[in-house]
Amino acid sequence: MRFTKTVLLIVLALLTSACDNNPYPASFSDKNIRLSAFSSRLKYLDPARSYSSDEYQFIRQIYEPPLQYHYLKRPYTLIPSSATEVPKPQYFDANGNALPENAPVEKIDHSLYEISIKRGVKYQPHPCFARNDQGQFIYHNLSEQELSTLHELSDFEKTGSRELVANDFVYQIKRLAHPRINSPIYGLMSEYIVGLRELNERLQKVNDEQKPDYLDLENYPLTGVEVVDDYTYRVKIKGKYPQFLYWLAMPFFAPIPPEVDRFYSQKGLIKRNISLNWYPVGTGPYMLTMNNPNYRIILEKNPNFHGEVYPLEGAAGDKELGLLVDAGKPVPFIDSAIYTLEKETIPYWNKFLQGYYDASGISSDNFDQAVAISADGNATLTDDMRDKGIRLITSVRPTIFYFGFNMMLDQVVGGTAESARLLRQAISIAMDMEEFISIFLNERGLPAQSPLPQGIFGHREEDKGINPYVYDWVNGKAKRKPIETARRLLAQAGYPNGRNEKTGEPLVLYLDITGGGADDKSRFDWYRKQFAKLDIQLIVRATDYSRFREKIQKGNFQIFLWGWHADYPDPENFFFLLYGPHSKVKNSGENAANYQNDKFDALFEQMKNMDNGEARLKIIDEMIEILRYDAPWMWGFHPLDFSLYHDWEQNVKPHPIANNGLKYLRIDAKTREEYREKHNQPVLWPLGLILILIIVVIVLAVRLYQQREHRKLEVLTQNN
Amino acid sequence: MELMEVFDIKVVILWTDGLVFLLTFLALFAIISMRSNPYLRRTWREVFRSKIGISAFVVLMAYITTGILDSFHFRAALENTENQTGTHYSGEVTSVLDMIIGQPHQHQEKTYSAPFSAFQFAKENIELPDGTIQRQYPRLKYGGSHLNEDTSDKVSDIIRRTFVSILWALLIWGCLVWLLIFLKARKSQNSMAKIGRQIWSGRTDIPWKVALIATGILILSISWFAQIADGYHIFGTDKVGNDVFYQAVKSIRTGLIVGTVTTLIMLPLAISLGIMAGYFRGWVDDVIQYLYTTLSSIPGVLLIAAAMLVLNVWIDNHPEHFPTAVQRADIRLLSLCIILGMTSWIGLCRLLRGETLKLRELGYVHAAQVFGVSNVQIIKRHFLPNLMHIVLITVVLDFSFLVLAEAVLSYLGIGVDPTTSSWGNMINAARLELAREPVVWWSLIAAFLFMFGLVLAANLFSDAVRRAFDPRGVS
Amino acid sequence: MFNYILRRLAYALPILLGVNIITFALFFVVITPNDMARLHLGDKHITQEQIQQWKHERGYDKPLFINKDSQGFDMVKETIFYQKSISLFFLDFGTSDADRRDINYDISQRMWPSLAIAVPTFIVGLLVNITMAMLLVFFRGTHIDTLGVVLTVILMSISSLFYIIAGQFLMSKLWHLAPISGYELGFDAWRFLILPVVIGVISGMGAGTRWYRSIFLEEINRDYVRTARAKGVPELKVLFKHVLQNAMIPILTGVVVVIPALFMGNLIMETLFLGSVLYIIGLIITDISYTWVDPRVRLS
Repeated sequence: MRFTKTVLLIVLALLTSACDNNPYPASFSDKNIRLSAFSSRLKYLDPARSYSSDEYQFIRQIYEPPLQYHYLKRPYTLIPSSATEVPKPQYFDANGNALPENAPVEKIDHSLYEISIKRGVKYQPHPCFARNDQGQFIYHNLSEQELSTLHELSDFEKTGSRELVANDFVYQIKRLAHPRINSPIYGLMSEYIVGLRELNERLQKVNDEQKPDYLDLENYPLTGVEVVDDYTYRVKIKGKYPQFLYWLAMPFFAPIPPEVDRFYSQKGLIKRNISLNWYPVGTGPYMLTMNNPNYRIILEKNPNFHGEVYPLEGAAGDKELGLLVDAGKPVPFIDSAIYTLEKETIPYWNKFLQGYYDASGISSDNFDQAVAISADGNATLTDDMRDKGIRLITSVRPTIFYFGFNMMLDQVVGGTAESARLLRQAISIAMDMEEFISIFLNERGLPAQSPLPQGIFGHREEDKGINPYVYDWVNGKAKRKPIETARRLLAQAGYPNGRNEKTGEPLVLYLDITGGGADDKSRFDWYRKQFAKLDIQLIVRATDYSRFREKIQKGNFQIFLWGWHADYPDPENFFFLLYGPHSKVKNSGENAANYQNDKFDALFEQMKNMDNGEARLKIIDEMIEILRYDAPWMWGFHPLDFSLYHDWEQNVKPHPIANNGLKYLRIDAKTREEYREKHNQPVLWPLGLILILIIVVIVLAVRLYQQREHRKLEVLTQNN
Repeated sequence: MELMEVFDIKVVILWTDGLVFLLTFLALFAIISMRSNPYLRRTWREVFRSKIGISAFVVLMAYITTGILDSFHFRAALENTENQTGTHYSGEVTSVLDMIIGQPHQHQEKTYSAPFSAFQFAKENIELPDGTIQRQYPRLKYGGSHLNEDTSDKVSDIIRRTFVSILWALLIWGCLVWLLIFLKARKSQNSMAKIGRQIWSGRTDIPWKVALIATGILILSISWFAQIADGYHIFGTDKVGNDVFYQAVKSIRTGLIVGTVTTLIMLPLAISLGIMAGYFRGWVDDVIQYLYTTLSSIPGVLLIAAAMLVLNVWIDNHPEHFPTAVQRADIRLLSLCIILGMTSWIGLCRLLRGETLKLRELGYVHAAQVFGVSNVQIIKRHFLPNLMHIVLITVVLDFSFLVLAEAVLSYLGIGVDPTTSSWGNMINAARLELAREPVVWWSLIAAFLFMFGLVLAANLFSDAVRRAFDPRGVS
Repeated sequence: MFNYILRRLAYALPILLGVNIITFALFFVVITPNDMARLHLGDKHITQEQIQQWKHERGYDKPLFINKDSQGFDMVKETIFYQKSISLFFLDFGTSDADRRDINYDISQRMWPSLAIAVPTFIVGLLVNITMAMLLVFFRGTHIDTLGVVLTVILMSISSLFYIIAGQFLMSKLWHLAPISGYELGFDAWRFLILPVVIGVISGMGAGTRWYRSIFLEEINRDYVRTARAKGVPELKVLFKHVLQNAMIPILTGVVVVIPALFMGNLIMETLFLGSVLYIIGLIITDISYTWVDPRVRLS
């Protein structure tokens, strides 16, 4: 009996000591580490290939393209990163004569960007740079025997580094045309960068005919891009393309040294999945040291980082928010950032509240817990959250979700007929986006008045910004027109009460969307309800994303819901979604509604190449008026990002386009430790209860057993 | 004229509806043909002799009736407009059950509200008459809208409704009891009082007392639900304000269809292949064995997921066959049944093959073969009847498994269409609701209770069936 | 024995070929090469030409089953089916289409977290279920047995989804007893395994206990058990020595079939194939283990 007692005590002690919900090893406590999560395997960390915000979260900290966005300033401002200054293009006519800056667009044959880069910048330590005493690369020709001990990048004993040179930038631009890399922007860039298409064709041919293990891009020149000296290179762009500067701030144009490709092209390493997509090589403030998709991704400070300081000035109000406390101090502040695999939002949210993650976006379902909308319609934190020291930061994403009509192939809602236009406007009024945002997004969105979200040049606020076909300006607020107006428009369109004037047939419309979320059913019901307000029967056709895209591609749809996230903060990146020649069905462009209006197209071409200013604004106003009148889209909404931060994370200002803020963040690990201590006291009574229950059952069972054996013995003895 | 318009409907028979009718017909046919077989009659009596068996049966019948009522679909006619040609029908497909339930079906609020609540669950900005905006819990449009300003009369209202429901229940139940006693008395030529006493003291062969009590409880709860659902949302409302109780009731049909139609699809395959393999042996046996070993060696969930995806792609590529959302949802439900049927026939097929192998060694089968009776005749006369108990037991056992499987698959996103009411879809949505604070628990609880009721009843009934048909536990 | 295993393996080949064809057909109907290219290239700014390049680079521009442009054996060989599917037989899964990673390596990496949960759940579950069943059988005919059977039916009637939802809610959110999710390498992993293992065991308890109880009950009514009991062998010994040992064959049959499910990870073609390979190996092991449990069984 004493034995059982001791065992019980030990078990109890073990349980109490071990039962806590800390998901990290003890060694993580009190360190200058930032803790957050990733939800799925990162596929591409190669800067020529990567094109998703998941991946940008990482590679933006690792690679340094020539330019970057200012962390604090709004509207978004470009500043140099690895370049010394933001380049100014020079314009030339067809004969190669230089043109003045204000030359008319028709005259410009090509533009030239001369980019000079910082001196003394060094790459992160990496085995591909490691050389022996004779100056030869150690790991560029690995034998089977050497390979046998190598499984991860950290298994390489020696690392090296070298200075960044202009050729590395040029090399990366060539990689965009590499047939094996399949860069997603190759198609777009081949329209602008001189010689990129020819290079791709040549490489394609070599690749097919010789099937080499390693295609050395150094042997194939790219006519439009040249190295001037070690610290300067030039890019030749067809025509005028002011948006090219924004591309220079994206990882597609970050430097990649040829050694890296040479190193990663070794067959043995490919077999072991050691590749540029897995282990990036850059000059940025952080480097990736662990990439285990089932476990963790770790970024650590790059010891060779060339140094940068925290911005000295910010936007209005930043000082009051404490965002300039660290002004002028060298970055980065945090030693490492650890990302843990977290597939679902609910565990993520719970861990955030328990203090195991430093920041959280809020999903619609825990919104009420975190945020209250105050009487004036502004979002504030609930008392519960504020007591925990959590802060709320909101930002507008340069994104739009819109309902598009099939303007080319559908005769009911599409086309130039007056009846279709009235029908579209009626539907635009009936589709109550305010209610949608309130139910499904918990107010985390703004009803769109035009394609342009806040923060993009051309967006207008207040009464100037409303869509007069859908809203009225009442008492200083946009108010959706009453449903009667929509019904009247519907009647004018030839469908009084949702019935065809001539045949009495009910009007049936089709909405194509892609499904898959848990609240699909609720959303579909809601869409149907909106159309039912006009007595229109809506049939929702939900399909998986591939099928959806196929339908859009073929124009096999009537109304669809899609979104667009801007590549860069320029109105051109939104208006081109409605530019006639970009029609999806005709030219596989991005104009999914296949909208076509000659006047709009002409204005677009004019607006595209202008610099921001009064003249451009005037044209944009005109374009928006055309769109609102024609209503090829129901304007949908722009999502708002609400993010929560614990008070131990400092210098937070979300930048939806740049994503490279990690270097500016600061963590106070001690506060975090205290918070965890306070909020994670295990509740032990249920364990005790279960234990007692088990003991009672065992005792009872033993008692019963003894009784029975006893009786059996009695029976046996009697029989004998 | 009025009447004509009331009945001016367009009957819609969905694929699964047709199968439900077929199943009901088959079940009735089976009952009638079984009545003539004394052995089967005795065994079935055995099933109903168990108290648990008969109570479970009563509950199952309630579920099944709901499911069948929900399978009569139609489209109501639209009002006539001027210069209309012919009658046009509403796009919305409703069922007889919707008509019976009536109110909650149309009572849609804006968003979440708690069970029995008269207020919305989340605060909202409300513009007061004087133009100021206040943030408060708005009253619901339907739930508890008959109550006074501060809803202080809620409790008394609920008590009143409960009282009314008890009266109704007593009335209906009384009629039922009287009817039973009357029928039994007429059949056994006894006085009604004597039969009544017999039932009351529990001295009947079939425990009628238990059956009547179970029926009584059932009628009471149904009439209570009917009374309350008229004025309140018993299980609250979901994210877009739909009544959760109504959804849970509508999910019954989905659960039943997956549980039964699947067996309907799998039975012909399992029986024919199982008996063929066991009876003909040789290469037929080899081929059939190869077929099921191959299928069963693929991990089940993955196979179902992949097959569901294929069928969905096919459905997406042929929208012309399924013009309405209801038809699409229906065909997805059917395809789920087909795929579950394709993966679940293997177990039964194996059992039947084994049993057939044993049976075919028996003397009378040899004798029949020697006398030149055709194979089809032999199988029909000697094998099918002797294998029926295995089939029956497997079917009832599989039923609860399939209902549970539907929920899991829908939860994983490879089950029924997201627009179909089903417990799996409800649980799937509830997963997110549990993370809210304060917790929205009612969808989960409603789905849990309704599903638990059905599966528990099915499990208990299948126990009773197994005990009666297979007392030694062969299968 | 060796001969037997060889013969069984030879039988397995046509089965695997069947599995191969089924999975291949399923997957290529679901995701056509065009879809794959789109999926991997992303949404923005993609041209048809780029899709063509992507497919060409990965061999997806070949015909599915028969290549009419080739001669002889190449007609079969120069097809998507042959190139993507036949290598599976050598358990060589090739490289992934997205980022061209070696899949064999990835599977071997991914296997461990799921095994770390599945194996303990399986073993603990087996022990718990057998113990519970033994207890019920031991107290057969008493109220404990009745109560136990009712409990198992109730446990069985609850969807496994509820166990998962309730488990996470109580253990992590309310009581702070275990991390709600996550994984850790090495010994520290056990803290993350508690929650899924407990949930797994409880959700399997109803059906498991009932199943073993019926097996044991059948065994306990046999003559040799009665004889043993009549000789005065204590009940516990009867149960554990005679009944359990003789019930081993049905237990094993049920157990081994589950094993491949332990490996299940993501829904990819390779997992399907790997799953069926494991299943077949499982069947062979079952047969062999019969001889080990019961010497009367001969392999033929």
